[in-house]
Amino acid sequence: MDKQGYDAIRKLLGESPAFVQGDVACAYGAVLAGCRYFAGYPITPATETAESMASLMPGCGGTYIQMEDEIASIAAVIGASWAGEKAMTTTSGPGFSLMQENIGYACMTETPCVIVNVQRSGPSTGQPTEPAQGDMMQARWGSHGDYELIALVPNSVQECLDLVIEAFNLSERFRVPVIVLTDGEVGHMREKTVIPEFDELKLVERETPTVPRESYVPFGGGEAAVPPMGFFGLGYRTYVTGLTHTEKGLPATSSAEEHTKLVSRLCEKIRQASESLVRIEERYLDEAEFAVVSYGITSRVALNAVRTLRRRKKKIGYLRLIGLWPFPEERLLGLSKQVKGILVPEMNLGQVYHPIREAVAGKCRVAHLPKIGGEIHTPAEIVEAVQKLMGGRRR
Amino acid sequence: MFNKAERIREYLRSEMLPSIFCSGCGNGNVLNYTLRAIDELRIDIDKVVFISGIGCSSRLPGYIDADGLHTTHGRAIAFATGVKTANPDLTVIIFTGDGDCAGIGGNHLIHAARRNVDLTVIEMNNYNYGMTGGQLSPTTPVEGRTTTSPFGNLEEPFDLAALVVGAGAPFVARWPVGYPYETVDTIKRGIEKKGFSFIEILTPCPTGYSPESGLKGNRQIWDWYKRNTLLASKYRQLSDEERADEDRMLIGVLQDVEKREFTDEWAKLVAQFAASRE
Repeated sequence: MDKQGYDAIRKLLGESPAFVQGDVACAYGAVLAGCRYFAGYPITPATETAESMASLMPGCGGTYIQMEDEIASIAAVIGASWAGEKAMTTTSGPGFSLMQENIGYACMTETPCVIVNVQRSGPSTGQPTEPAQGDMMQARWGSHGDYELIALVPNSVQECLDLVIEAFNLSERFRVPVIVLTDGEVGHMREKTVIPEFDELKLVERETPTVPRESYVPFGGGEAAVPPMGFFGLGYRTYVTGLTHTEKGLPATSSAEEHTKLVSRLCEKIRQASESLVRIEERYLDEAEFAVVSYGITSRVALNAVRTLRRRKKKIGYLRLIGLWPFPEERLLGLSKQVKGILVPEMNLGQVYHPIREAVAGKCRVAHLPKIGGEIHTPAEIVEAVQKLMGGRRR
Repeated sequence: MFNKAERIREYLRSEMLPSIFCSGCGNGNVLNYTLRAIDELRIDIDKVVFISGIGCSSRLPGYIDADGLHTTHGRAIAFATGVKTANPDLTVIIFTGDGDCAGIGGNHLIHAARRNVDLTVIEMNNYNYGMTGGQLSPTTPVEGRTTTSPFGNLEEPFDLAALVVGAGAPFVARWPVGYPYETVDTIKRGIEKKGFSFIEILTPCPTGYSPESGLKGNRQIWDWYKRNTLLASKYRQLSDEERADEDRMLIGVLQDVEKREFTDEWAKLVAQFAASRE
């Protein structure tokens, strides 16, 4: 995006700082990241992003289309990405469930795209207007087969904007779908939101092939490679299939060797970059004996609780997961060697608690503080749970 | 100089051949007709994208040396909508089957017909799920015997051409696979049509059809097409009483009207915004 393009977008977005909802900030982040295609289907509490994109896209020279369902929405987004555009859709739990097959297709075909899931309380239709953190595992494991993708979790309206930009950058860089997991609370609340200036914007564009068509290898390049994307209309005659395919993109469905090579590369390109994908916020961890590990809206309450305990001279630290997948295992393992116990408050009955336990591998206690029903934890609940953890004895 | 057949072969992705198609299958013919239409229209193949779902007919894009998107089951039209609306300069052709586009993908089919994005859908109707071994599809005739209707089909089938006309598609046609010249001409018209075009081609599935269906063998299938179809141009000449007695499937171009097309309308909207900035 050049300065002129940026100025035109700034005109559409209006004053900075803005006072907008998280859902709207997601749309702002998208247009600033260069997203020029949005396909979606209305669903509470994600609809406001679609509404914003419907208003913004004509002025950006992009395209907005309302599809017949969420399956079609993610399909259109993947199609648009192969037509050369940065593309996004937004949804909530029921729609996210419907998208899973095509999210797997995007992983298998290495299609950059961004999916914002404004989580609501489930299962099924659940509590449509209430926030939850019930899709943390589905984001990672929802589609069938082996794959890796990237998921980011904002805890403020500002971070909705910032992380959607980052989601596009990572998606273009690694050619994977990137999922932004907000929730009904972050999505619907309004906060002061600073729109980044032109020289603060760092945008990543997908690499395209520079070799002649005959020597272009669309799905190869080595064990953890991200191949350049010869998208449609460039003349590379790329054949894209969800079937197990060779480096040339042609079906090889009966070959254990080709399947292992392909799927291993799809996973390794993310796994080997996982250190560079760590996004965590740490506070009060110096000399901490216990820590609260949280993410999303819950982390704001957790910070309040940690500060309360610090005022009472308790050695409590705070770690917030911003990048959820790939999971920052090494950092959690490091924390477990420092502290005696970790408390994990989250708005589900036990999701991120599990990879944390796996990461710390018994090196410290891990206590869970689940809460469902659409209500956010209170600071008092977290304070009490930490005190219980501190008073508990190691078996 | 090449003769025509040799020139058509130039469009093929030779390393993918031979095809997976059974002897007597009509899908190869449809590929041939489509490539001839593109060749006669002199479209730059590097600006054509072939998109498909899952099933035998959906394997066609793999045989063409061009951009291709072999997608998930039933979703080809939805993916194609994304490709075309993101870059309207591309010609987008969808290969699909009766199970793919009318079974699992029926919702996308009717909405694409209503929305009227400039896509050309070539649907190969073989009245069954061929790739999985001959199961009941949404177009299997009443009493049709398949592996999942062993005692005869109790459901009413879709007339897909009528369905898509009803959903608003501006160009709809149907041909049995044995009408090569008419089909090539119709595919050309479908590609040239600014809007959603739906071309159904009746293709045999010699492997999937059971002996009990009465359609085992190409002779039987082609005879069945003959007995059960009537040229739309002939139908139009019939009296009202004759039409009332007519229950054969109409073939030929069944709908050809002009309608507002989505990518055109969207481009106008974008142009309005651009003009208001100046």
